[in-house]
Amino acid sequence: MSTIGLETPVGREATAHHEEDTGFWSWITTVDHKRIAIMYFVAATAFFFIAGLKALVIRAQLMFPEQTLITPELYNQFFTMHGTTMIFLVAMPMAVAFFNYLVPLQIGARDVAFPRLNALAFWIFLFGGIYLNSSFLVGAAPHASWVGYATLTSPEFSPGQNTNFWLIGLSILGIASIMGGVNFITTIINMRAPGMKLMRMPLFTWMTLVTSFLLITAIPVIGVALIYLGFDRLFGTVFFQPAGGGDPVLWQHLFWIFGHPEVYILILPAFGVISDIIPTFSKKPLFGYPIVVYAGILIGFIGWGVWSHHMFTVGLGPIADSFFVAATMIIAIPTGVKIFNWLATMWGGSLKFTTAMLFCVGLLAVFTVGGLSGIMHASAPVNLQQHDSYFVVAHFHYVIVGGAMMGLWAGLYYWFPKVRGRFLDETLGKWHFWTTMIGFNLTFFPMHFAGLFGMPRRIFTYSAELNVDIYNQLSTVGAFIFGISSVIMVWNIVKSWRSGEPAPANPWGAPHLEWATPSPPHHYNFPRIPTVRSREPLWHKQERDEILAVTMPDPEEEPLMPNPSYWPIVLAAAITLSWALVMTGIWWVIALGILPVILATFMWAFEPAFPEGHGH
Amino acid sequence: MRLMRSTAAPSPPVGDRRISRLFFLLALPVLLALAGCAGEHPQSTINPHSDFAEIIHSLYVSIFWWTMLILAVVWILLTWVVVKYRRKSEDEQPRQIRGHLGLEIGWTVGPALIVIAIAIPSIQAVFATQRPVSEDAMEVHVTGHQFWWEFHYPEQGITTANELWLPVDRPVNLRLHSNDVIHSFWVPKLGGKRDLNPVPAVREGQERRYNWLYFTPLETGVFMGQCAEFCGQSHALMMKRVVVATEEGFQEWIDRWFRSEGADFPTEAPLESAGNPLDDRAAVAGSLSANGGGDDAPVAADLARDGGPEAGLNGYGSSADPAVYRTASATFGQDAPGATAAAGLHSEDPLVTRGREVFLGSTCIACHAVQGTSAQGVIGPNLTLFGTRYTLGAGIMENNLENLIRWIQDPMGIKPAVAMPGVDYPGGNWPATGLSDEEVEAVAAYLLSLK
Amino acid sequence: MAQAATASVEEHGHTSTGVSNWKVGFWTFIASECLFFGTLISTYMVYKGRAVVGPYPEEIFDVLHTTISTTVLLFSSLAFVLALHATQQGKKGIAILWLFFVIAMGAGFLYMEGTSYLKYIDYGLTLGSSTFGSAYYVLTGTHKVHVILGMVWIGALIWLLFRGRIPPAKSEQVEIAGLYWHFVDIIWIVIFTLVYLIQ
Repeated sequence: MSTIGLETPVGREATAHHEEDTGFWSWITTVDHKRIAIMYFVAATAFFFIAGLKALVIRAQLMFPEQTLITPELYNQFFTMHGTTMIFLVAMPMAVAFFNYLVPLQIGARDVAFPRLNALAFWIFLFGGIYLNSSFLVGAAPHASWVGYATLTSPEFSPGQNTNFWLIGLSILGIASIMGGVNFITTIINMRAPGMKLMRMPLFTWMTLVTSFLLITAIPVIGVALIYLGFDRLFGTVFFQPAGGGDPVLWQHLFWIFGHPEVYILILPAFGVISDIIPTFSKKPLFGYPIVVYAGILIGFIGWGVWSHHMFTVGLGPIADSFFVAATMIIAIPTGVKIFNWLATMWGGSLKFTTAMLFCVGLLAVFTVGGLSGIMHASAPVNLQQHDSYFVVAHFHYVIVGGAMMGLWAGLYYWFPKVRGRFLDETLGKWHFWTTMIGFNLTFFPMHFAGLFGMPRRIFTYSAELNVDIYNQLSTVGAFIFGISSVIMVWNIVKSWRSGEPAPANPWGAPHLEWATPSPPHHYNFPRIPTVRSREPLWHKQERDEILAVTMPDPEEEPLMPNPSYWPIVLAAAITLSWALVMTGIWWVIALGILPVILATFMWAFEPAFPEGHGH
Repeated sequence: MRLMRSTAAPSPPVGDRRISRLFFLLALPVLLALAGCAGEHPQSTINPHSDFAEIIHSLYVSIFWWTMLILAVVWILLTWVVVKYRRKSEDEQPRQIRGHLGLEIGWTVGPALIVIAIAIPSIQAVFATQRPVSEDAMEVHVTGHQFWWEFHYPEQGITTANELWLPVDRPVNLRLHSNDVIHSFWVPKLGGKRDLNPVPAVREGQERRYNWLYFTPLETGVFMGQCAEFCGQSHALMMKRVVVATEEGFQEWIDRWFRSEGADFPTEAPLESAGNPLDDRAAVAGSLSANGGGDDAPVAADLARDGGPEAGLNGYGSSADPAVYRTASATFGQDAPGATAAAGLHSEDPLVTRGREVFLGSTCIACHAVQGTSAQGVIGPNLTLFGTRYTLGAGIMENNLENLIRWIQDPMGIKPAVAMPGVDYPGGNWPATGLSDEEVEAVAAYLLSLK
Repeated sequence: MAQAATASVEEHGHTSTGVSNWKVGFWTFIASECLFFGTLISTYMVYKGRAVVGPYPEEIFDVLHTTISTTVLLFSSLAFVLALHATQQGKKGIAILWLFFVIAMGAGFLYMEGTSYLKYIDYGLTLGSSTFGSAYYVLTGTHKVHVILGMVWIGALIWLLFRGRIPPAKSEQVEIAGLYWHFVDIIWIVIFTLVYLIQ
């Protein structure tokens, strides 16, 4: 625990401040939410390629029945790490990149509530991700699938360090997620500009708030489950050991009590993104704003009561099955309401199909497919056939890629000009969009059929007799097209970062506060904090003029911003190290490992957050 | 108000060239579905052959159409707005509509009604498929192992492995549990899956809680299934067959079990009495094609290892395409040998006698049992009537002499992480068997003679 | 509207809710902790009565002993309230004294619980002896780690008070540590009730 009180809200005191440093070390020590956002995005994209390459190997292995491209053990490691990486190191941090960049700008704040905590969360995430992937270097990558069901993870059936890497890696990442959740909740609740009432916040900020609440409530549950698993593996407890009276099904409950909110942690940010983009390119305010907000909150709430729909085959009995069928059906309703509200926003609008908007439309088209296949296996009896088959693989890729990732890519094209002051190339963008649409659908649509024809998931090969070759071949071809689309995206980012067409402050004519800053924004975001009077402040001429008069001119004196600090990265390294030492299973080594954490925490706590003589 | 009217009855904008791309996407699934109908799918989830599978299938079909309705509405609306409201000039200033209470209520209540229409039959089916067990149901205890299946018939006192024999039209209640990790029993044509959980130990006098799967097979045939819960390295190679035989055929199988005394089993047993094989075959083939499956063509010839009257046994089930037997062999080694390589093995064959001697004198019997012999191991699959099995290695390849020889020599080369020692490496808790090539062949011949 | 000149005023207290960021953030963290302990306690409850071998809870729990240790912990919360009051009044010496009492009572609680642990181990209850042992030790052990962290934190506060770095205007530092300490106490009350009293 750090000593409190040293990190007050970002100071707004004007003081002479030198121009921002841009060297390598300035990135290491930065506490600027915008730079942290960029680092999150870059890291998540790197992990996206690492996990994507694994997917391509998996697809190559499955292209023909009974292939032996890679060994079963390696295959199991690949699909385990593909899932773990895509969820915890790609989809989540990429959404967090957007939270970081946009939330302070959208609510009219200079930074998040706890800038150093923000940096710490990033470094913990990065080190946790590197730690998790380093398991490949020692040939002991996790191999018990991303859900790690007991008893496959117990010492008896998973000797070696593979599962230790997994459980410790996820614990480390969980710490970062809780820190992020606390930070964004505080920021959104407490640091809104004057007049920025909750019901005037952009939808993206709203969905960040809901997601953050899900993070701080769902992560502790998996945290406890991972502690149990760690104790089972290292200290001989019997939480999930049937011989000692432990019930492996408890793991499944704990995992999915976390796991289902996790699904909404992945999808709600994307819903927020497209709720901001669609109105801009329709020239119409969001249709049914309060309904869309409430639907998001409702999804967050009901998301807690549906976890056992992942467990219909576990044998919970007809009463529990029925309850979870009903709850799951109910959650489909607010999701549907959102889709109709987006359609109604576009209805009667003036639609401009930039790449960002194309991705939004693409999301609506393909996410609906994922939602509807979800309704199919929300029906418990049907689930008994579809569960753990490729039908489910198709379903959740339609939801996570077709929903979450498409939304974030839409956001990438939409906000890149703000981040860089240059547009992403629209031609390449359209190539990216269409190759994504074709590659994605070609990869995942045939999987519905493979699943309906009885191909189970998590198998390193399949019998030729199943007669699902054609679907697997289409999927493999699609996967490689999808891979190419990702290369196009990165090429576009790199090219446009250097030489994209310059972008003005508000290139799309968007309504929200982030567009009332120069592109890219000052490191202090707003020279003076504007006052907000409506939901679309930049769409009302008088309000816009007032706001721009405050936000655009350079200040005579720059606002005071928090000091850069080495301690976040040092503390993050100490925390990662202390967790990694848990692998030894020797209590005094683990105890020693805590020392650097305590030391770094104290150094952090006693370092002034602001330049000397200010703030305190 | 314009919104209201148009939402109610949007007409698909047929003929607009700009939407052809979207229609292509729409057509893709249809094409794929057509492609799917062309083949034969032994693990199809949409080709029910039991009451359980039929309940699920009819539910699935109704939900499928409801979801297609929603998909059509969303896609048509989306196509419509994308085409109709494309920006024509930058000066356009659309009406700033912020919402409409009636519409919001409409698209809340509409989908709500649909999900109710889905939820009610779903819950009914939940109870229908987990209904109380009828008195004449046959109980079978299924135990999952890494990576094979054990089937114990308490009523008959039989324990077999990997191929579950069931009489047609008689309800069966499977008691499922595992001794290691979680597996899942799934034979799609006979219904949904249910997990085989390791059952926690309990205090004296408390009841252990098991999972059950209850269904009635409605047609004879050999049905393919495999483990549906990731269970470790060779999860993909944990397959099984369910042989649904006629009542008489099933009884014959049981009788043979007890008549069999290892290699001493008289080969001239009157197998003709085992139902009417030819009639059964015809019935199986007929019923399957009536079901639109057509994928279980009788291939008794492929499986007949003895010719003569014994071929009849294979008639109870018609097997799947022999391609299945290629699975492991094509994956891990040389091509599959001819299907009838072991033909002509009889108990009086000196090779068989020799094999029996080797088998009973080796560590094989620490894990394996053969009814009527001193082999009474319970760790590995029970090998009684091994010669009647269609497949070996938990359903991954055809059961014939050459495959069996390879299996005994090098089980881990075929199936990684299997707990069986090879001739020159240990496995499980057992040392290498150290059998010579001659001994392996003899043991294989002996096992195949067990019918 | 924010003017540079009024910045220092805003800095101390101007937030959307009027509550400081630290407090909002800390309450959020406590919400997260609630789920954390909620899961631990739920696991204990789920496994209640399912231990395969003894010793069973009813055989080893000494409710009187635990009642005393619980009371000690409860009184530490009272001492914390008084310490906070003294800090707000600027009475640094009294504040330090009360915080010492908090730490002492925390240590007393840990000592009493530690002796219980030793007794239970004597009875044969270990981490791996049964689900009861696993769930009990991990639940109460996690709580004890929280108590220890709280004591370290309070130790740091004593040092800061001693150095005169927590004037009344910054008493929120003590207040937030208090939030944590009270939370840890309340969690113990819940554990005491569900684990020891309702058997």
